Amino acid sequence: MKLFEYYAKGILARHGIPVPEGFVVSSPDQIRSVRGPVMVKAQVLMGGRGKAGGIRPADSVEDARKAASAILDLNISGYIAKEVLVERRLDVAKELYLGMTIDRSRKCLLMMASASGGMDIESVPEGEILMLPIDPLIGYQDYIGRKVVGFLGVAKERAAHVEDICRRLCELVLREDAELAEINPLVITKDGRVVAGDAKITIDSDALFRHREYDSLKEDLTPLEEKAKRLDIAFVQLDGNIGVIANGAGLTMATLDSLNTYGGKAGVFLDLGGTDDPEKVKNAMLLMHEANPKVILLNIFGGITKCDTVAKGVLEAIEGQRAKIPIVARIKGVNEEIARTMLKDAGLIPASGLSEAAELASKESARVV
Amino acid sequence: MPVIVDEKTKLIVQGITGYQGNYHSKAMREFGTDVVAGVTPGKGGQKVNAIPVFDFVAEAVEATGANTSCIFVPAPACKDAALEAIDAGVKTVVIITEHLPVLDAIHIVAVARGRGVTVIGPNCPGVASPGKAKVGILPTKIFRKGDVGVVSKSGTLTYEIVNAITESRMGQSTCVGIGGDRVSGTSFVEVLALFEKDRQTKRIVLVGEIGGTAEEEAAEYIKKNVSKPMVAYIAGRTAPPGKRMGHAGAIIARGRGTAESKVKALEAAGARVAKLPTEVPTLLEEL
Repeated sequence: MKLFEYYAKGILARHGIPVPEGFVVSSPDQIRSVRGPVMVKAQVLMGGRGKAGGIRPADSVEDARKAASAILDLNISGYIAKEVLVERRLDVAKELYLGMTIDRSRKCLLMMASASGGMDIESVPEGEILMLPIDPLIGYQDYIGRKVVGFLGVAKERAAHVEDICRRLCELVLREDAELAEINPLVITKDGRVVAGDAKITIDSDALFRHREYDSLKEDLTPLEEKAKRLDIAFVQLDGNIGVIANGAGLTMATLDSLNTYGGKAGVFLDLGGTDDPEKVKNAMLLMHEANPKVILLNIFGGITKCDTVAKGVLEAIEGQRAKIPIVARIKGVNEEIARTMLKDAGLIPASGLSEAAELASKESARVV
Repeated sequence: MPVIVDEKTKLIVQGITGYQGNYHSKAMREFGTDVVAGVTPGKGGQKVNAIPVFDFVAEAVEATGANTSCIFVPAPACKDAALEAIDAGVKTVVIITEHLPVLDAIHIVAVARGRGVTVIGPNCPGVASPGKAKVGILPTKIFRKGDVGVVSKSGTLTYEIVNAITESRMGQSTCVGIGGDRVSGTSFVEVLALFEKDRQTKRIVLVGEIGGTAEEEAAEYIKKNVSKPMVAYIAGRTAPPGKRMGHAGAIIARGRGTAESKVKALEAAGARVAKLPTEVPTLLEEL
């Protein structure tokens, strides 16, 4: 779960990492006073908001309101900010980068630092980034911070401060279950302070059960995505016209690849995951009908999910559907014979193998009505 | 040389009193696995499918000499369950549980490494060796004893491919589902090393997917250390970048983790790469 900048900065502040003073508003007239020069910043999760005009300086209340009003009208890569952050402008002497992420190969946390702060870390050459794996059994120790400070060439009088921020960032990641925490830029001001200029934090959505404080935060979801989330069904919007329902991520991806071979394109895919609840299958089918694809491809390999469970859910879902969307069904695995009997008269297009199913669905999707 | 499980596997099922634990303890026993105990805190003394249930893993190990555990407990209790198993001296821990927080996975894997314990998963279907044992949820019917070693990040896609191999009158030595999370206890490389040493395994199938660099690392390893012929399939060739495709790990991020990069690396390492899962048996026959 990605967090907006203002929320991420709130977390930094709670963990003792300095952030600029500021406040969030959702309309320009909520800006009542500004003390000195400020920045008005669009609160969107997409990168590149600066280039899109989503970050503007202001020196007075009127300026700030004007900036906020302009920003709230902006379309930033398809997203429109609902809020702006108004915060004290920093007198920048130097911009650094400090971040933590998951190192999948080494199976640990990774601290990253670079003297080239302020730009997308993707565009910084690898040689300019220090990457320090944190051994989970050793944890963060002071030598990590000393390495960071040495690499960044931080002046002596500020070294202790930057080291302190490294330690706190690591604590934050562990405490908050963050899978990504970036301070970019970490600003050294002309008067020698070290302040987080921007912050990106992503909370591990699998850990939300122990962070109920995020329950009230709303994600930027479409109505269908919202519904799928409530139903615990993985939902991905793509740009074709075939609705794919499969169980398991790998099988779903393989189904999309197979469709592609036959010229078909998936529009929406739903991954049932491992379920043995006909209600969930029914809900997925209903959700798919709402997405209104030209054809539905159901590809199930039953293990935990038994085929007769799927058949039951499918039957319940298509009963009473007015618009009949053609359904190509390939159902294989545990109890497939029972499922086949159950679905015999349901008007589905049966397929025996993955390739055949993909071919049939692709043909059906290309048919001109 | 066993690949993770064999006739000597003595299994504990953690979470045996739950629906999945109950169902699969029976299925594993029917496959031939020696399921010796179940563990559910507070339910010690009961029996599930005639398997004795204990409150603690250590008690179960003490009473039965179990050496392997299969974990079905929900994600919030999973770290505790896995660490308890490791602490009780179990040598192999297979974690079926999905949606385990990544920091919990990191912690479990680090502790296991320190204790010399093999962790498979989380979020995996487990391991099956036809004629020997199964630890996990892989459907029994799709397997047939043979010489193909299968290692995969996926669950149902593995079944698809194993089934296709069986239908083509070949069989499996061992099938290992390592899971599709970002951090897994065992990676392709470790399983490939076991297959290379295993006498029963003559050919190897690797099923990967987009995201991360585990397939590239596997390719690097294959080049130097694997002499047995290989077929690979990478799921997600047509997946758009930036979208998480169901598995937490299946995402093309920062231009890394693409199918092309993995296919290229595996082909350079000498593996035949199938374009579709249904091509795997054909390529195996051609080896």
